Amino acid sequence: MPAVAEQLNTYLETFEAQAEARQAEPEWLVERRNRGMQQFAERGFPTTKHEEYRYTSLAPIAKVSFQSAAEAAGVTLDDIEPFLYGEIKGDRLVFVNGRFTPSLSSIDSALGGTVTSIRSLLEDEPATIEPHLARHSTERDNPLAALNSALFADGAVVRIPAHEAWDAPIQLVFVSTADAPNSATHPRVLIIAERDSEGSVIETHCGLGETPYWTNAVTEIIAAPNARVDHYRLQQESLSAFHTSLVEIHQGRDSNVTTHSVSFGGGLVRNDVEVVLEDENCECTMNGLYAVNGRQHVDNRTRVDHTKPHCSSHQLYKGILDGHSRGVFGGKIIVRPDAQKTDAFQSNKNLLLSADAEVNTKPQLEIDANDVKCSHGATIGQIDEEAAFYLRSRGIGESEARSLLTYAFAADLLERMKFEPIRKRFESLLMTRLIRPGGK
Amino acid sequence: MLEIKNLSAKVEDKQILKGINLSVKAGEIHAIMGPNGSGKSTLAQVIAGRDTFEVTGGSVTYLGKDLLELAPEERACEGIFLAFQYPVEIPGVSNLYFLRAAVNAARKYRGEEELDAMDFMTGAKGKMASLGMSDQMISRAVNVGFSGGEKKRNEIFQMAMLEPKLAILDETDSGLDIDALKTVADGVNALRSPDRAVIVVTHYQRLLDYIIPDFVHVLADGRVVKSGDKSLALELEDKGYSWIEQLAQPELAVRS
Repeated sequence: MPAVAEQLNTYLETFEAQAEARQAEPEWLVERRNRGMQQFAERGFPTTKHEEYRYTSLAPIAKVSFQSAAEAAGVTLDDIEPFLYGEIKGDRLVFVNGRFTPSLSSIDSALGGTVTSIRSLLEDEPATIEPHLARHSTERDNPLAALNSALFADGAVVRIPAHEAWDAPIQLVFVSTADAPNSATHPRVLIIAERDSEGSVIETHCGLGETPYWTNAVTEIIAAPNARVDHYRLQQESLSAFHTSLVEIHQGRDSNVTTHSVSFGGGLVRNDVEVVLEDENCECTMNGLYAVNGRQHVDNRTRVDHTKPHCSSHQLYKGILDGHSRGVFGGKIIVRPDAQKTDAFQSNKNLLLSADAEVNTKPQLEIDANDVKCSHGATIGQIDEEAAFYLRSRGIGESEARSLLTYAFAADLLERMKFEPIRKRFESLLMTRLIRPGGK
Repeated sequence: MLEIKNLSAKVEDKQILKGINLSVKAGEIHAIMGPNGSGKSTLAQVIAGRDTFEVTGGSVTYLGKDLLELAPEERACEGIFLAFQYPVEIPGVSNLYFLRAAVNAARKYRGEEELDAMDFMTGAKGKMASLGMSDQMISRAVNVGFSGGEKKRNEIFQMAMLEPKLAILDETDSGLDIDALKTVADGVNALRSPDRAVIVVTHYQRLLDYIIPDFVHVLADGRVVKSGDKSLALELEDKGYSWIEQLAQPELAVRS
């Protein structure tokens, strides 16, 4: 404990050093940042003694003095091309080492609403985000999200105005150059879908170097009554990276939010998704796909809070684990006494491609209403040898047969992705990493 | 074309094939009959290369090659096709993708150019129509949600597309109604040619009314206990398999 406590000072010092910058910020934000820092300082990094972190030790992050990543110039569009979707029209905001980088971004000012950096919005019209930014996440028992609130340098705001439907998704790209050791960024995203609006956001987290770095991200999604949001979170960090994140979703009456979480990168990854269905007739879909290898460790945690009647939530998380990798899934569905006619479904399926890969999965239901439909389940399996033989008996090579079956395992999740370029990208990423020279 | 000599195989500790001898020449149709557990399906799977069975002795020569040295996919590319008794369901992979991958794997193996989607579809549609399959079956996931009859038709459709030199039908007739049976038989008969051979593994004589075999072999307890022409199938139908099971235990017969 003392060793870890020492490292907390790093973040306190960073916070102190930012005091001057905070003077330019609105009072409400400074208050929320202070509260975040205080919460983090009190709780510190969660340890494996916490039930929610039982299978995932954050000690490798806690023991390092991560410094805020330095500004980096010289990143080009070519560098980040593998993480962009050129075919997709729509605004793109790129952040390098946590800082908004206009030269890599493209914003179509004709669009109503808001697509901009938090920092520029704070200068122009802070009032529009005051009801939401860092308002919710720090209230939760999530010290890392609290740390993000205290320290985030910048981030993105996407506000879809009432009654508008945006066809093209907004791309948000968070790039870590990873050229100095032990640098950290705390990216922040705020998505506000106003009443009756509709839009999509693609959030990509990626790294360009192999020096260890830490991304500690928070995304808040606020869906007003009857709004529809389609959110993609594509985690493609470098393999030596640490990645922790919280996606927090608040849904108003009749709203519909889908969040796709794809985790292919990172050495140690912990993703939390928290959903609060605040009013009647909300629908929330959480799709998760993780494919890891080597010594990668990925932990996905979901928590859905049904507070009002007639809401539905669907979760499908699938993992493909190779090498010595480890996958953890923990999902909790809470149904409050008032939330009658809740329809909640949760499923976690895992495919182990190696004898050394490991999975811990724990679905959980907490139901306090009596007229609900809730189900959950988890599976861990291997490649079906009979299916592999069937494919081979038709002339398909062993390694290709295995890849095809692995791809097939993930196919339903990929098919749920509305945008073809994203679907194709991850299909091909999955296939490439699956085809091992010489087969198994 | 296919020369099986004294082939024996086991699964775990159970010896299933106990010295099979079988010679199949191009242009011939062989029927393999026998009671449950006699080793018919095991023989079919061993020829196709299923590794759950361990070959413990004997040899299999196919077109001059040592078949047992080849991986299942190489055997397929060399022209061996097994219609499965229980076709496997593969969610997430469409029939179209699967079959095109299979056809192109064989073409690549032979050094031929791969078929593009258009050429493939043209060929596939004609063959599906002749097998009474609807077009939409090609876009469905492999065997998922197919009825028993649809699965068997799908096997014959794959066979038609892959145009094997040696086709092995493992109880493809089991559980089929008479219309489906005729369709399957038509599919097999369409494939008949002087340079191809077919091995029909079946429990019932009925299929052999539609696919007329040149030879009938009866398997019991892992051995071929009797061979003959198509009249043997009728004799079996008449006398039942218990007659054959006695033949399988010559020592016992002598002692009693």
